[in-house]
Formats: sequence, C-alpha cells, structure tokens
Amino acid sequence: MTDGDKQRVSFTVNGEAREAWVFPHESLLDVLRDAGCHEVRYGCGEGVCGTCTVLLDGEPVSACLLFAVQAEGCSLLTVRGLAQGAAQPGEPHPLQASFLRNGAAQCGFCTPGMLLTAWALLRREPHPTRERIRRELCGNLCRCTGYSKILDAIEDCRQP
Amino acid sequence: MTETTVPTREGYRIVGRSPAHHDFADKVAGSLLYAADWQLPGMLHGKVVRAQVPSARITAMDVSAARALPGVVAVLTAADVPWNQIVEHASGGLGELAVAMPVLAADRVRYQGEPVALIAAVSPQAAEEAAELIDVDYQDLPGVFEVEAALEPGAPLVHDEGNLLVTWNIGGDAAEVDAAMAAADLVVEGAYRTQRVEHAYLEPEAGVGWVETGGIITLRVATQVIEHAGAIAAILGLPANQVRVISSYMGGGFGGKEDMTVEPYLALLVWHTRRPVRLVFERQESLLATTKRHPFVMRYRTGVRRDGTIVAQDVDIVGDAGAYPYLSARVLFAACVCASGPYRVPMVRHRARAVFTNTPPTSAFRGFGAMQVTFAYEQQLDRVAAALGLDPVAVRERNFLAKGDAIPTGERLDTAVAVGECVRRALDALGEPPRPSGPGRRVGRGFAANMQPYGRTMWFRDRAACWLSLEADGSLQLRSGVTDLGGGQAASLAQIVSEILGVPLGEIGVHIGDTALTPPAGGTFATRQLYMSGNAALAAARELRARLLPVAAALLGTAEDDLVFEDGMVRPPGGSRGLRLAELAAACHQRGVPTSHLGTWYAPTGAFDPASGQGSSFPDYTFGAHAADVEVDLETGQTRVLSYAAAHDVGRAINPLRVEGQIQGGAYQGIGYALGEEIVLADGNATSTLLANYLMPNAVDLPDVRVVVLESGEGKGPFGARGIGEPSIANAAATIANAVAAATGARVTQLPITPERLLGALDALAVETDTVEGGPHAS
Repeated sequence: MTDGDKQRVSFTVNGEAREAWVFPHESLLDVLRDAGCHEVRYGCGEGVCGTCTVLLDGEPVSACLLFAVQAEGCSLLTVRGLAQGAAQPGEPHPLQASFLRNGAAQCGFCTPGMLLTAWALLRREPHPTRERIRRELCGNLCRCTGYSKILDAIEDCRQP
Repeated sequence: MTETTVPTREGYRIVGRSPAHHDFADKVAGSLLYAADWQLPGMLHGKVVRAQVPSARITAMDVSAARALPGVVAVLTAADVPWNQIVEHASGGLGELAVAMPVLAADRVRYQGEPVALIAAVSPQAAEEAAELIDVDYQDLPGVFEVEAALEPGAPLVHDEGNLLVTWNIGGDAAEVDAAMAAADLVVEGAYRTQRVEHAYLEPEAGVGWVETGGIITLRVATQVIEHAGAIAAILGLPANQVRVISSYMGGGFGGKEDMTVEPYLALLVWHTRRPVRLVFERQESLLATTKRHPFVMRYRTGVRRDGTIVAQDVDIVGDAGAYPYLSARVLFAACVCASGPYRVPMVRHRARAVFTNTPPTSAFRGFGAMQVTFAYEQQLDRVAAALGLDPVAVRERNFLAKGDAIPTGERLDTAVAVGECVRRALDALGEPPRPSGPGRRVGRGFAANMQPYGRTMWFRDRAACWLSLEADGSLQLRSGVTDLGGGQAASLAQIVSEILGVPLGEIGVHIGDTALTPPAGGTFATRQLYMSGNAALAAARELRARLLPVAAALLGTAEDDLVFEDGMVRPPGGSRGLRLAELAAACHQRGVPTSHLGTWYAPTGAFDPASGQGSSFPDYTFGAHAADVEVDLETGQTRVLSYAAAHDVGRAINPLRVEGQIQGGAYQGIGYALGEEIVLADGNATSTLLANYLMPNAVDLPDVRVVVLESGEGKGPFGARGIGEPSIANAAATIANAVAAATGARVTQLPITPERLLGALDALAVETDTVEGGPHAS
C-alpha cells in the first residue's frame, strides 16, 4: 500500500469537523487515536471489551470493529464530548458526576465506554431497571469494580 | 470474644470518608493519559517477535529481509543485548534453583510466545510486516507440560539444572504427623486442582520510551514496580542512574505488571535507535505470553476428633511455574504458610514445590499463592462437617485462630482475628435462602473463610519513603514512588497526609512513580502500599507537623499541644483566630525552618529458617469470609450465583467507598476464577488467544456483591488499617464449590466449575450412591 491508496474521510468528533486521509483497512479506533482522541482506548481489537466504545450517530459501537471509512459523514461522540451537555462549562455531565459520587471507577480504563453506553441507554429509556442496565452493559467489560458501583451510578441518574 | 466492630469515624476529619480524588475526576472525564497514550515527535513503533513453539532449539535465525524492509529502523536479536539476563531472587536467597532467564531467547525456546527478536519501525504496520519476514528455524525438543510429568524421573528438562525450582517445608516431620493422624477419629483426604488464569486487566501492557537530556534512557510504562530501573540498566550495561522509569496510572495490574512486561524490550529499542519508541502488547499477545496465575495440584489429609477439632493436617502442593522462575518461589512460600488457613492446627506438615514446565511463566497474581489453597482447605472442612454430621459453621468455630495463637511457622498472631464474625456477618447478609426457580434445579448455600498476608515477607527488610513540601502559598506537594493500579494507592496517601496537616485534599499535589523525582516506595504488590507507603506518609506528615508546631505556637502564643491543623489553618482550640498555612510557611522561611521533609518508614523485619520451616513470614494477615447462594441446573450442569456477600476486617477503612470497591472487585474476579476463566493449553500450545474465548464475567453474569466492612482498628497500617487489595479474591472458588455441594451433594474439586465437570461429579455421585445404598440416586 502506498499513500496513493489513502482515501479522504470526514466526520465530526464531539461536534468538531475532522478530516483524515486513511487507508481503507484502517480501523476507526486507530484513526481516532492518531487524531488525539486517546480517551477511545485499545483493549482487545476484537469488539469484546468495549473500551473503544464511541457513539456513532448516537448509538454505541466498538471503534475497533469499524473501518474509518465507514464513519464518513457521521457524527461521533466520545466521553470528552459528554460534558458539553453539562449545565455549566467545565462541570461534568450528570452521569459523570454520578460515577464520581458512587465510586464507579477504579482503574478508569473502561469508564469512557461505560459512560457512553449508559448515556445512550438513558436517552432511549429514561427509567431502565437494574437488570435492563446489566444487559445493556454486556459489551463493556470491567475488571476492577464487579460492576455494582457502575450500576448504582447509572441507577442514580434515572429519571424519577 | 474480641470480635467487635469498633466505630472509627469519630475523631477523624477526612480518614473514614470517601472523597472523589484527582485520579477519579480525570478518569471519569476521559482525560487521564495511560501508558499507550503518550506521543512524542519522531516516535517509532516497537514489536516483539515471539516463538511459535513451546520447546525447541533455535538452529538459525534470518532477519535480513526484515531489516531491509522500508520503514524498519531496527531489528534486534539476543546477540544485540548487552547483558541478556533478567535477574530475580524471589526466595531472597533461601534456596531456589538458579537458572538463567534471557531477555531474548538465543538458542533455546522454553514456551510458546517467548520473545526471540525485537523490531522498531516508523509505523505499526511496518513493524508487523517485518515480524512476518523474520525466519527462525526451530528444531523441536521434547517438552513437558504438566507438573506431575515434570517431576517424573527422566522427564524432559526445561532447564538443564532441573525441573524443580524450589521446595518449602513448614511444620513438623512426617512421623509426628502420621502419628497424630493415626490417633485422629477421622481422616479426610482430598485432592484439588486449580487452573491457569489471566489477569486480564483492560489496559494491555504498554509504554513509551525516549532518551532524556544527559543520555538518560527514560521509560513511561504501565508498571507496578518502577524499581525495575536497576534491572533494565543492567541489561543495557549502564549504571543504574542512567535509566529512569516513570509509572503511568495503570488500567489495572493485579500482579501482572509486577514483573517487567514491555520494559526491557522498549529500553533496548530506545537505547539502540536513540529515538522515542512506543511498545504496546496486543491483547492476543498478552493472553499468549505474559505471566499467568499458577495452576496448583494440592493433596490434603485432615485429621479431626469426633467433635470436629482439627488435630493434624498434611498438605502437599505443587505449583506450575511455567518456563522461568519469576516470582514462583515466593508465591509457593505464601501458599506453604497459608495452606491451613485461619485455623489452629496442632500438628502440621506443609510442603510446597514450584516446578518448571514448557508453558508461559506464572508469577504474581492478586492472592499470590494464598488464594489457591483456600479452594482446598475450605472444602476439606466442609467434608469434615459432612462426614461427622456437624454444622460447617460449628466445625470452623471450633478451630478458628484467635489473637495470640501460633500459625504453622511458629509465629504468634498479635492483632485481632475477626474471622468468626466475618463468617457470621457474610451469612447474615445473604438473608433468607432462595427457592429453586423450577423443577430439576437445586439451590445451595456455601461459605469460605480465609487469611491473606499483607506486606512483604519479613526477611526482605521492607521500607518506603514519602516526601512532603509545604509551599509558600500553603498548598502541599506529596511525592512518593508509589505506583497506582486504580485502587486509590496515591489518593489514600493524600487522605492520610490531609488528616495530619489539615491541608484540604484539593490543595495537595500528588506526584508518584518516578525513579528520578520521587522517593522510593518499593512497588505496589503484596497488598503492601497502604501498609508501607501509608505508614511512610503518616510518619512524614507527623514529622513535618512537629517541625512546624513550635513556629506556629510562638506566633500564636499558645502551647504546641493545643494547636489544631484543619482547613488549611493552624488554630488554638475553640479560637477563631489562627494562622493560614501560607503565613506559617512564610514564618518558617524567616526563621530558617525547612518546610520540606522526607519521611522513611521501616517495616519490622524477621528471619525464616527453611530447614526447620520456622520463623517470620509476613507482617500481618487480613481475615475474611464470603458466602453465596447458588442454583444448579441438574440437566445442564450450569451453576448460577443468586446472591453473594463478602465480609473482611480491614482494620480501619481509610476510604470506605474504595474499600467496598476492592472487596466487590476481588469477589467478582474470584467468581470468574471459580466458574469460567481458564487459559487452555494443549501440549504447551495455546488453544485460543482471543479475549472472546476467555470467559471473564460481564455485568449480567453476576449478582451484586454485598459488602460487610469490619473495622477492628488493629491492623498494622496507618490508623490501624489492614491491606485489602488481595484478600477479597481468595474465598470465591471455595464458597461456590461448597454451595454447589450443598445444593447437589456433588463436589467439584477441579477449577473452573464448568457444567461438564459438575455433570461428571453428579454422575460419579449417582454411581457411588448406587453402590452404597443399592438403589438409584434420587435427584
């Protein structure tokens, strides 16, 4: 492959327009990380662990399983875009505040993916049961917390 | 009974509370930079080329095509390594076999995945392509893949020096133990096998290295132990002060980042190319080749009186060290000390051996040998109870260790032993037993108690340092060589210092894990950092406070003893006036009183005599118990955990939310070990290196873990805390095995408890019942 094989791809990340020249085989994960989105993380490259979760047009996807060219024209949200919805600039999103309050992060490696999956769930279903939240988090592994405090944090953000 | 829960929150400002620290905020925002996130101009990408066979001689290696590939900057083999050895003295000189551990295999490959060459290239793709072009000729050699086979006379040798790495003996001699067994009313025999498992931290091993001003080889890596800088320097043939290691906040470690991972390879590539290099292990590479937990084969004989009192225990443990020593000698020592668990055993004989096989090396993993034995000793006691027709709780209560009792090494326990209360509280937390959800299903309740050391083995003469500086504006700098796995290792130090000096948490700058700039803390392993660095931070804070006090007392015209440090102020009691710490710092400056202080804390030390098996083992132990209700589907053999509770005496909870998190996470990891996780090898070859095939639990697989935190106030850490990083993983496998046996009568003695194994145990039980009762087994 030479640079001549590269294609132009454009999408938005957290509302900001991005453009990149990529090989057709390059994963969205690699392209996002090269572009400085380190909060999108490599954990397995198999679509199993969920640490590379991003929201593609509002739905959670594993960036390691998509080619970058597939994101053409899409709107991407990473965890660093979540706080844009906060009441005050510089404040965390309510879901992030709840994770802090409930001790829902330990090593923090899974946390961005967890937050994004939870955010998408709560947008679709404002009052999910604990069991429903568990099922939704199936694709996001955590090795530190045993999940309980993550579930607590998400429950804490359900609409009454 | 001394097993009372001491209320401890009173009298503390910040200890015993759960503030969200700096690390949490960065993690939740997504702004924390892990080891793989570092980028430097002109950075190259590293790659480790690994052996594809488990046991072979390397007859030829051709790297010319790889070197010629455009974009490849370096290809290194064993011949390029100045000193091709990783040195580890895991027993501390107490008798393990000395064998060489090469950085890169030169002529002999001892496990599949062993590093044979290194590549640095301008892109990960170029490095990948170059790896494909390296041509290695392997001449297969006979291998040995199981410990029993490795111990057979005439077995293929993993190392020319022999297959037996170390033998530990603790307790009495064979004749005495046999006599005690002969005098027992009942002797219960059991054999147990545990499996090879993966740490599976979500952050793969990673790091970035570069050459710093003055030619210093600098590595920013995910490591639990920055002190490996010395070993890295030795490999490069450099003085120790020419290598600097910085530990990033880790995405989990669990012991798997305690030995060197990427460090020697990264350092060699940086040293050779003089350019920045990034090296990240792929997940599949990590599953294939990085260290694992030791599989154990354990044989137990437990002699008891009719009332359930233990009179003797004879234990033989063989641990699979894999192909190289790493920390196996120490892991098997912990197993040997803890093999009888939290019980009084008047006559013990424990033998533990580590044996080489042609499999990936095993080493540190949360629980460190003291956890595998829990699976055995807690099933033994349930078997004793069943055989005598006694209640399993009553049998244990008859035998629990108490403060002042001797353990098998001859040492007397000198802190609270709240293990009985832990059992009761864990069982209580489960509530009413559930009913089966349908026909063909059985429910059962099980529990398991444990003891787990915290702190290093005492003959390692442990120490840790912490450096505090009060700045001119009244804020504080905390510097410590501690590394942070995600358990709040750094944050708890800030909390301890804040308690003593009254500096608000938000005004404490926390700087950790840098061999060049932070004082040595000795690595985060062995559940030692709250104990070691916690005590060092406490000592440093108290000593700094003592230095500031006379200045504050003179300025305020008050007796030193009356002054209170809080809210960034020094105040006389009840007084509204006081000094801001900034004012105090300025006054100190005027008077020539330093406001910076390095505190070093030395742990109590001791000696162990391997010949008699007596002496000092560990500074102290954390005790606990877990309990669970499970449901077994008799048709499929599937076990579902319905409810789970864990109780541990943590001495004092510095940050209760983090303590709960440690206990929940440990229990969860232990349940994965009990029911599904296994690295499966076939003659030393990995049957899969996909994470998809490594069955670690997701959010649906487990119930919530209910946590009971007991605070006896009698730990040896700061404010009476005990370590809790490792202890909570040990109980799960025995808890679930005992619950399965309670549900079905069938006992699974080999981990993991898969549906196939449980169905096999049910079939065996049916045959046995047929024989004994002469009738079909009623299910």
